[in-house]
Order: sequence, then C-alpha cells, then structure tokens
Amino acid sequence: MMSTFNLAARNLMRYRRRTMLTALLITLGVAALLLFVAAAGSFKQTMVGSITDSMLGHFQVHRKGYTASIDNLPLNMSLQPKAVAKIETALKAEPEVAAYSKRVKLGAMFSNFAENTSIRLNGIDPAAEDATVPALRERITEGNKDGPLVERGKVLIPELIAKGMKVKVGDTVVLVVTNSSGSVNGKNFTVGGVLQAVTGPGGRDGYIDIADARDLLRMENEEVMEIAVRLKSIDDLSAVQKRVSVPLDEIRNKEDKPATELHLWSQLSPFANIVAMIDMMTLFIRIMMVAIVLVSVMNVMLMAVYERIREIGTLAAIGTQPGKLMAIFLSEGLLLGLFGAVAGIAISYAVVGGMNVWPMVFNFGREQIVLHPTLAVSEVLGVLGLSIIVSGLASLQPAWRAARMDPIQALRHV
Amino acid sequence: MALIQATNITKNYRVGDLDVPALKGISFAIGEGAFAAFVGPSGSGKSTLLNLLGCLDHPSSGTLTVHGRDVSTLSRNEAARFRGEHLGFVFQDFNLVPVLSAYENIEYPLLMVRGWSPEKRRERVMKMIDAVGMTEQERPDQMSGGQKQRVAVARALVGEPRLVLADEPTANLDHDTAYRILNLMKTMRDDFGTSFIFSTHDPKIMNEAELTFVLEDGRLQTEGGVA
Ligand SMILES: Nc1ncnc2c1ncn2[C@@H]1O[C@H](COP(=O)(O)OP(=O)(O)OP(=O)(O)O)[C@@H](O)[C@H]1O
Ligand SMILES: [Mg+2]
Repeated sequence: MMSTFNLAARNLMRYRRRTMLTALLITLGVAALLLFVAAAGSFKQTMVGSITDSMLGHFQVHRKGYTASIDNLPLNMSLQPKAVAKIETALKAEPEVAAYSKRVKLGAMFSNFAENTSIRLNGIDPAAEDATVPALRERITEGNKDGPLVERGKVLIPELIAKGMKVKVGDTVVLVVTNSSGSVNGKNFTVGGVLQAVTGPGGRDGYIDIADARDLLRMENEEVMEIAVRLKSIDDLSAVQKRVSVPLDEIRNKEDKPATELHLWSQLSPFANIVAMIDMMTLFIRIMMVAIVLVSVMNVMLMAVYERIREIGTLAAIGTQPGKLMAIFLSEGLLLGLFGAVAGIAISYAVVGGMNVWPMVFNFGREQIVLHPTLAVSEVLGVLGLSIIVSGLASLQPAWRAARMDPIQALRHV
Repeated sequence: MALIQATNITKNYRVGDLDVPALKGISFAIGEGAFAAFVGPSGSGKSTLLNLLGCLDHPSSGTLTVHGRDVSTLSRNEAARFRGEHLGFVFQDFNLVPVLSAYENIEYPLLMVRGWSPEKRRERVMKMIDAVGMTEQERPDQMSGGQKQRVAVARALVGEPRLVLADEPTANLDHDTAYRILNLMKTMRDDFGTSFIFSTHDPKIMNEAELTFVLEDGRLQTEGGVA
C-alpha cells in the first residue's frame, strides 16, 4: 500500500508544474469554500444573535391571528389571563426554556408638547424582558444602562424618535392611546433612555412598564399580546417547538380551534430569508468546488494514463494484476486531491486566523457587524472528505482504463 | 518434460471483416535451459509467436503448454498471475519505469507482483544488481541504452522465472552492446538455469543462439526439436 502511494507521488512529481497548477486550483476551490462558510457563518451568527437577543427572543406565542395583523398592533386580539396561565404552565414545564417575557403591545401618539408622532410601545416586566432579550440593554445609548430596563413612569424611546422630536433623557413627554372600547387616554412620562436603531422591525419600538401600559389602556384583566421566549440554546429550537406545541394546541377557543399560535424567530424576521440565501450560496460554492476537483483531477489522470500507455503495458506484461494497476492510478488521483485540499485547509486556517487578529468590520447604517469567523472542525473534515471522495471518483474512469488495457496493444503504442 | 510444447498453433488477427493469418500451424518443443532464437523477416510472425509464449495473447487454434501448464485459455487475471510467477520479459525499448531508480525497477516485480518482504527483496535485488554489473542509484534517464537493458535483464530475472522472453532485445543497441547483452543473458542462463527465448532479424545476433527457429510467412522453416 505504502509503495503504491510512493509510486503515485513520484509520478505526480514527474510533471511538477502540471501537478502544482492542478493542486493550486483545488487549493483555491477548497479555500474559497471554507472561507465563505466561515465568514457567512460568523455573519449569520452575529445577525441572528442580535435579532433574537435584543428583540424577538427565540420564539413567540400570540393569540391566533395576531401575527397576521401585528403591524396594526390590534388591542382586541390579546391572550386572556386564563390562556396566559396555561401557556406559562407549558413553558415552565419545558426544561430548555431559559426565560420568557409577557408583553402588552400598543400603538400610541408621542407628543413633546410641540409636535406629535406615532410610536409602537411594548409594556414589559423589566426583569423578565431583561432575561429574555439580554442584549436589549446594550442598545441603550443614553440613560442608565445598568439599572432596571424601565421604571414606572419612564419610557425608553428609539433613537429615530429622540432625534426627530428633539427630546433627551429626563424630558417629559405625553403618550396618548385609544383603547379597545374607543376611549382616549393620555399620561405624562419621563424619557428614561434612548435605544440605538436597528434595521428591520423593531426600529420604532419603545418600552414602558407593563403596569403603565395596562393603566394607559384602562385594561381590566391582565391581558397579554405577546410572550417572547428564550431557550438555553438556540440549537434546540425545533425540538422545543415540537414539545411546547402539544400543550399549546390544547388551548382551544369557542369553536374548539387552537387559540394560540407559535412562531419561531425565523418566521418573524425577514433576516431568515437572508440566512436561507446564504445557505443557498454556500451550496452553490460547494457544487463549484466539487466541479473544480472533479474536472481538474480527471483531466490530469486522463493525461497521465494516456502518457504512460507503454508503461502500463510493461507493468501488465510483467505480471501486475489489473487491480493493482487500478490502485496505482487511483492513488495518484487521490493524492493529488488530498494535497490540494490540505493546502487549501492550511490557507483557510491562516486567513481565518488573520481575520481574527485584524477583524473585518461592516457598517449597516449605524449598526456595526464585526466578523469573527471560525472554522468548524466538522466543516473542515467534511470538505477534506468530499475532496478525497471526488478525487477518487474522478480517477476511477482513467484508472479503470489503465487496468483494462491490453498489454500487447499498450506495448505497441508509440 | 519440455519447457514449451506447441502443437499446430495458429493465430489470426481480425482486421475489419477479414481474418489475417499471422501464424499458420506451428509445432515445436523447447527444453529447460534453452538459449533459443526465432528469426525471420519483418512480418513473419516472430512477435506474434513470442506474445503467445508470453501468455499475452491466446492462439486461435492448437495447444500450447508452458512450464507444464496449458496456457491457451487462461483468463486475463490468471495469465497475469502466471506471467508474474513463471515468466520474465525483456523489451526492445527497455521499458524501465522512468520514475524509479535502477534498484527500484529491479525491485518492482518482487514488491508489486510477488509481495516479498523487504529483507528478502533487498538481498535478492542486490544480488541481481551485482550480477548485471550496475549501481543501484541511477535513474533511467541517466543511463545508456546498454545500461537500461542490463537493468531490464535484472528485472526479468529477479523473480527467478523459468523462462525469459525477449522480443528483439538488441534492436535498439549498437553492435558491441548487443553482443554484450546477449552474453549477459547467456551468463545468466548458465548461473540461474533460466531459459531465454528471443527474436531477431539480425543474422549475426542469430548466431549467438544455441537453437534457432526460422519463421517465414507464419510457418517454421526448420522444425526445431528439444535442445
Ligand atoms: N494486432 C494486429 N492486427 C492485425 N495484424 C497484425 C497485428 N499484429 C501483427 N499483425 C500482422 O501479423 C503478421 C506478423 O506480425 P509480427 O509483428 O508477428 O511480425 P514480426 O516478425 O514480429 O515482424 P517485425 O520483424 O517487423 O517485428 C504481420 O503481417 C502483421 O501485419
Ligand atoms: Mg516484431
């Protein structure tokens, strides 16, 4: 076995430049794939992390139909206290749930006594919200970053409104709402902090205490519009979804239809489409890499067999078994693919190491994304295995040709 | 028991729809330790016959036994195994593996065909290198034609076959070198008892053989017996 690979290596080195060029092609293909996966993976993780950790949580539960009209923040599609209690029981029974936060969502008019604008408000329990979306407080640019998220009588407002309405922390503003029975109610609040803007939904969201929200709405029961849930690990998301859906489905309305709906973060954020697109691009690059390895190895091996027809005839004449001849050429192709892939992996590790020392920063408006790409061992081994398998497949036909050659014909070849 | 027993063998090549006869009924026997030559003009069937003796091809009819075995119907893999175990080959163009040194070329049959252990291989290869008067390090592209053929003779003999077949082994060598190679082969025959069968169309070379068969147009002119 060792001597077969030894022979293969020497034959590869015989046409040094051709071997190097082909290996370089494979190296570039492997490095391009690994670097794309590493960078895209880091981008995905950062984006998904910022969306789930500062706004959505990992999944949310609403009353059936709420999400469809969430843009209007309807007040009459809330979860009633009985349903809320059942949902809470289900969530507490699930060991992977780390925290959840009940939200009262409402649209309001925001006034600085000179001008009005509209604002989307979330009435929250500061401690529960903090546990569910721990990165929310990192978005506080002005105001107290370390205390409770909001206090009674205070409002966290988005940067967009702070700038547009020219209000600062400590200013008094008025929030006016129309409740579900049509009556108008207004209340003075102090600006407690300003939230950094984010792209996507949530850029106009402000936060007040859940008790203040219920006061404003003159809500008699402890209704809830949304329950955001955080898991211990996002990797368990689909398993938890399956388990939690069972008790949630048992919560029925008067028509005996499910009264609640569960949505994953990916169903609530348009960024999920970007993730899907990145995954698709990764697939394309993977196909490209396979094609590069396949075509380049096959090309070299077809040439190698053609150049060495007389040598093949000689080896066959002196008694080399067809299987052995096949092994000689197969191992040559495998070695070529292996060499190119290992070089590609080495380059990828070097570049990824460099990108972590000198990080790449992308600006999305005011948002900054710093890439910290990492190469997952499983991905590296997968690409290595793929290159080896594809090199083997590419050498199969040329090696088969060599093994099947008639020694007399081969020896007479000029 | 003869080393080779050929009885009425024929060989037709199929060219398009036609059967072209290359051997037209040949019978002969060659004994152990022979140093035999097939001679004849171009196209007389020397290569065709040597290919049959070397189990590289099947006769169209007749029977052929080599080393006591009927080789006229061996399968591809059986033929390869038989060649690897009992036959050695020397070629007109030397046909050394270019990426292997002299030592490695001689070692090849033991390693890749026979699967001998390293110690056994080393001992045997060194013996052959000595016997043909070569050094082990040289690469084929640094060797003269005569040196290459010496290495080729060593490679043919390294597995101690009963028979070495050589189709025009001296055609690409100058006159003096050709004689030296023939003498080397004869010495090897004397030292190891291996039979040599070669072909040539050079009358002077032909005289070195102890047993000569003349082929013409696919037939033997002088029927040879056991030498
Ligand atoms: N593969 C083949 N297909 C068709 N005809 C062939 C083939 N090989 C040999 N022949 C024919 O068989 C006859 C004998 O050829 P062979 O090569 O055995 O002659 P030879 O004595 O070795 O000649 P030379 O001295 O030129 O090598 C010739 O007429 C040749 O044209
Ligand atoms: Mg010939």
